[in-house]
Amino acid sequence: MDAFRTRCSRRRVRLRTASVARRDPPYVLLVAAFAILASVAAHAQGPTYQLGRVPSQEEIKARDTAISPEGKELPPGRGTAKEGATVYTQKCAACHGPNATGSALHRGLVPLGNAKPVKIPWSLVPYATTVWDFINRAMPQTRPGSLTPDEVYALTAYVLYRNDVITDTDVLDATSLPKIRMPNRDNFLPAQPEWNPKAKRPFGYYP
Amino acid sequence: MGSHSHSRRRWFLTSGIGVAGLVMGAVRSLRGQTAAPTAPPRDTLAYGQPSPFDNTIRKAPGQGTAITDTALMTPLQDLDGIITPSGLHFLMDHVKGIPDLDPKKHRLLLHGMVDRPLEFTLDELKRLPSVSRVYFLECNANSRPLHGPNGESVQLVHGRTSCSEWTGVLLSVLLKECGVKSGASWIVAEGDESNKYTMSIPLGKAMEDTLVAYAQNGEPVRPHQGYPLRLVVPGWEAIRAVKWLTRINVVDRPYMAWHESGNNADTRPDGKGLWYRFELGPKSVITRPSGGQRLPGHGFYEITGLAWTGRGAVRRVDVSTDGGRTYKEAELQQPVLRYAHTRFRYAWKWNGEETVLQSRCTDERGEVQPTILEAAKNLGVTPDYFYEADHFNGIQPWKVNPDGRIQNALF
Repeated sequence: MDAFRTRCSRRRVRLRTASVARRDPPYVLLVAAFAILASVAAHAQGPTYQLGRVPSQEEIKARDTAISPEGKELPPGRGTAKEGATVYTQKCAACHGPNATGSALHRGLVPLGNAKPVKIPWSLVPYATTVWDFINRAMPQTRPGSLTPDEVYALTAYVLYRNDVITDTDVLDATSLPKIRMPNRDNFLPAQPEWNPKAKRPFGYYP
Repeated sequence: MGSHSHSRRRWFLTSGIGVAGLVMGAVRSLRGQTAAPTAPPRDTLAYGQPSPFDNTIRKAPGQGTAITDTALMTPLQDLDGIITPSGLHFLMDHVKGIPDLDPKKHRLLLHGMVDRPLEFTLDELKRLPSVSRVYFLECNANSRPLHGPNGESVQLVHGRTSCSEWTGVLLSVLLKECGVKSGASWIVAEGDESNKYTMSIPLGKAMEDTLVAYAQNGEPVRPHQGYPLRLVVPGWEAIRAVKWLTRINVVDRPYMAWHESGNNADTRPDGKGLWYRFELGPKSVITRPSGGQRLPGHGFYEITGLAWTGRGAVRRVDVSTDGGRTYKEAELQQPVLRYAHTRFRYAWKWNGEETVLQSRCTDERGEVQPTILEAAKNLGVTPDYFYEADHFNGIQPWKVNPDGRIQNALF
């Protein structure tokens, strides 16, 4: 209700600004200042329903672990494919097989960057951050989220190395990981996702 | 039935296993989620069951493997009206194992580019202004042309769509409560299960009509549908409708998470991947008579089916009883709801000769459902492209043989 009232008063202010402006220019500044104050007051106002709890920054940080393509959310840490091979044997091979080619129960991790026009799992991963993010949040299946950042960097390096994207000595960290060019990066339409609800689509084409 | 479950319950209560089950139920699983409490089975009066003569059930397309997602299709040929019973709602589980989420412990966190991050319990969400809306959900892989036994019924070809009355809080209410900062343009929604299923949705759609639903057809959302909380994104491919919803991050870019980047892109013959497709095209299918059924003889039949579109309301459905040479307008069940299944009906007298039945949907924007040949021509592909493609919305022809048998006549 308070928010509604503030919105109404702001609208009145705007109307007055318009009518005053025509008659007496000096008033404009004063009224404009009032309008700004009113909008600041609206901005600073609390929520309408006063429900929900404000979580602490630490709580948010603990749960805010998803990574975007630019990788600005990546934590400190590092790893290489060589180190990743060791972690893989300990924590991944049981499901994904000794050579990462999968088993009857789990997907293989190779191939990953297949440029052939065949739809297969992992063949169209456009960003290395996506691989890091999935390993970090969802693996291993029995204890998702239990890997250290170093382990995730190393495992990502191992998967990318096994798919011929990087060498086994390349060091992955928060700076180098987002810079990796995945083989299929340029093969997506549209290049950047967009939503245009008003667009008229040609007949028979509903992508 | 009744006495059977009664005796089973007595056995359960007296055997002591029930106590062990309750103790185990309190132990937290490795995934950090609480195992579902072991409750005595409900008898048929405590929770009503269909007649023993009725066997309307979901079915899987072929033999599932441990790697493939759990998939069960809605028996569209056996249903009437526009609401899918919750127990018959299709499911495509892109996760390993359904999480047992305790509604008392479940939280929804909204954070990111907001003035006030907020965390809601389920009870708090239920105190907020609610809406109930009838929306369909459809898997982006629905209606792929199928050969062999899987192609012979409307259930296995088109059964990855269902329609429910969803109740919950509009996401816009929650986002306004948090105060979205200028510059924000996307939300990233995360589910609370082992795969951490994550999807990016443009802020415009999140603010327009996206629903945070806790009820489906009047009762709590079923576990396979995201109990206790899920997103419903009206008209959009259902992979966006995150189940077991636990977190919404307000951001300024899509996150390209695993399930939304490569895994759900179509590869065209030129090697380009089509991704981030949101709204489904106009679609309709005759559900009766349909593939696998048999007409007992010539005479009167009501042709009926469902139509829907990702861009609002169905404006009209036309039915052809001569393989697409001529179409006549079908009757639409009222009210026609936006982003909901729309039931159509058409009176037909079969003369006993071979023919082909098919329907064509036109939506409120004037977009028209294409034939498979028209769809292929527009994409510059051969029709077999659609075996592996998503978002296929071609017209479904059903061939009526002189002996009354109905077959899939797409190819």
